[in-house]
Amino acid sequence: MSDVRVAGTGLTPFGNSPERTGRDLFAEASITAFEASGVPRDDVEAVLYGNFMGELSEHQGHQGPLMAEAAGVQAPATRYESACASSGTAVREAVKRIRNGENDVLLVGGAERMTNLGTAGATEALAIAADDLWEVRAGVTFPGAYALMAQAYFDQFGGEHEDLAHIAVKNHANALTNEKAQYQSAIEVSDVLEAPPVSEPLGLYDACPISDGAAALVLTSESYAEEHDLEAPVAITGTGQGGDRMALHDREHLARSPAAREAGEEAYADAGVDAGDVDLAEVHDCFTIAEVLALEALDLEPIGEGISAARDGRTTADGETPINLSGGLKAKGHPVGATGASQIAEVTDLLAGEHPNSEHVDGATTGVAHNAGGTVASATVHVLEVTDR
Amino acid sequence: MSDAESVADAGFDEWLDAAEDGEAYALECANGHGSLPPRRVCPDCGSTDLEEVALPETGAVQTFTVTHVPTPAFEEDAPYATAIADFGSVGITGQVIGVDPGDVETGMTVELEITVSETTGERVIGFQPV
Repeated sequence: MSDVRVAGTGLTPFGNSPERTGRDLFAEASITAFEASGVPRDDVEAVLYGNFMGELSEHQGHQGPLMAEAAGVQAPATRYESACASSGTAVREAVKRIRNGENDVLLVGGAERMTNLGTAGATEALAIAADDLWEVRAGVTFPGAYALMAQAYFDQFGGEHEDLAHIAVKNHANALTNEKAQYQSAIEVSDVLEAPPVSEPLGLYDACPISDGAAALVLTSESYAEEHDLEAPVAITGTGQGGDRMALHDREHLARSPAAREAGEEAYADAGVDAGDVDLAEVHDCFTIAEVLALEALDLEPIGEGISAARDGRTTADGETPINLSGGLKAKGHPVGATGASQIAEVTDLLAGEHPNSEHVDGATTGVAHNAGGTVASATVHVLEVTDR
Repeated sequence: MSDAESVADAGFDEWLDAAEDGEAYALECANGHGSLPPRRVCPDCGSTDLEEVALPETGAVQTFTVTHVPTPAFEEDAPYATAIADFGSVGITGQVIGVDPGDVETGMTVELEITVSETTGERVIGFQPV
């Protein structure tokens, strides 16, 4: 089985660029990824592309070929849609293809144009990740669904809004040096607590922003990387995916994410690591509470204790296991279809020592990327490792 | 939302009709797994033999939120309280009505009452505290 190398990564700035089309965003990310990789476009055998709301925001379906064309690649292309885990699933399929020997070079990534919809339009578009009949028609929004989980967590395990605020503060602090981040501004706990409520107990600063952006990765087999003398020291060594019932009310536990646990266990076993080996992680913090649930699902925190991880400094940049050194979805931004691939890009750069925040994880060898869709009815987890340390 | 206002969602709309008549039900397989329509297969065990079983009169709020930033379909309804309530073999998501959203609590006993959106006039699953 071939190892999968991350040969090149490319991100657009994440943020507010309502006039930019999805194809333009993905083109930019792909150019950066190809330049970083040293891989010629002609060698790409397929494009695997994640996107969630293109029909709603751009009136554009069938985006695979469009994005291959935008990237200057002549190869079969497929769009992957799993809500906010869209490009996580695209990465997973790419990893499997390279491992089974089907392909040696793949362009993988995702993009999302969202801000052109406005806040109300984007809220409506994001809500389609929930069950339309049984959740959305009862008034559940995406923040509302996570607020239901946050309240359930508080009721079951304790904790309060102030604990969540520390997660937002941490992730904003991490984004200060990330040029691609939507917010490069420090915030304080009081800012989070005083922000307007969105869906109580969550407020504006508990939520990731609405973002435009794209991410691209050039993934190759180990043999291709060696034959072509690529500078590609980071490998994706583990992949996992989990699933759950679509509607939150059908879950046994309202404050846990078994799909992420399943994905994490599979990815750890696949890579031959356990949670104790993880030096850093990028987790899907679409809302502050989501980071708590992710840490517990990945066994990076015991059940019921993830709430205090940021507050007590275990997950801050200088903590034991820094989480979301990129700024996370909260501060880096969350162009939905791009997020999963962007997490792989961030972990790769952090491990390769090429990230502005690499200094906080000097000598790190193992990183994890956790991408979630909906209220985690879909989850992918990837383990990345440095091959030469 | 539905494709066109005049077209019903078979299974779902009949369930709302039944709930309006005080006859809400869950679909249950022989193993007692509950689910909500439209449904041909038990999502827990794959059984295709599903029976309509009356829901208990009341449910208990398991979690709730008060939403201030709604989708356009609930623009004039906000702020409103949404809750998940346990009705035996199924959980149901609905809007808590008839009380101040700030007074909703976990554990509160509620009964189903179909209400309408102030914004669209569409039917909405409601929970009336008892």
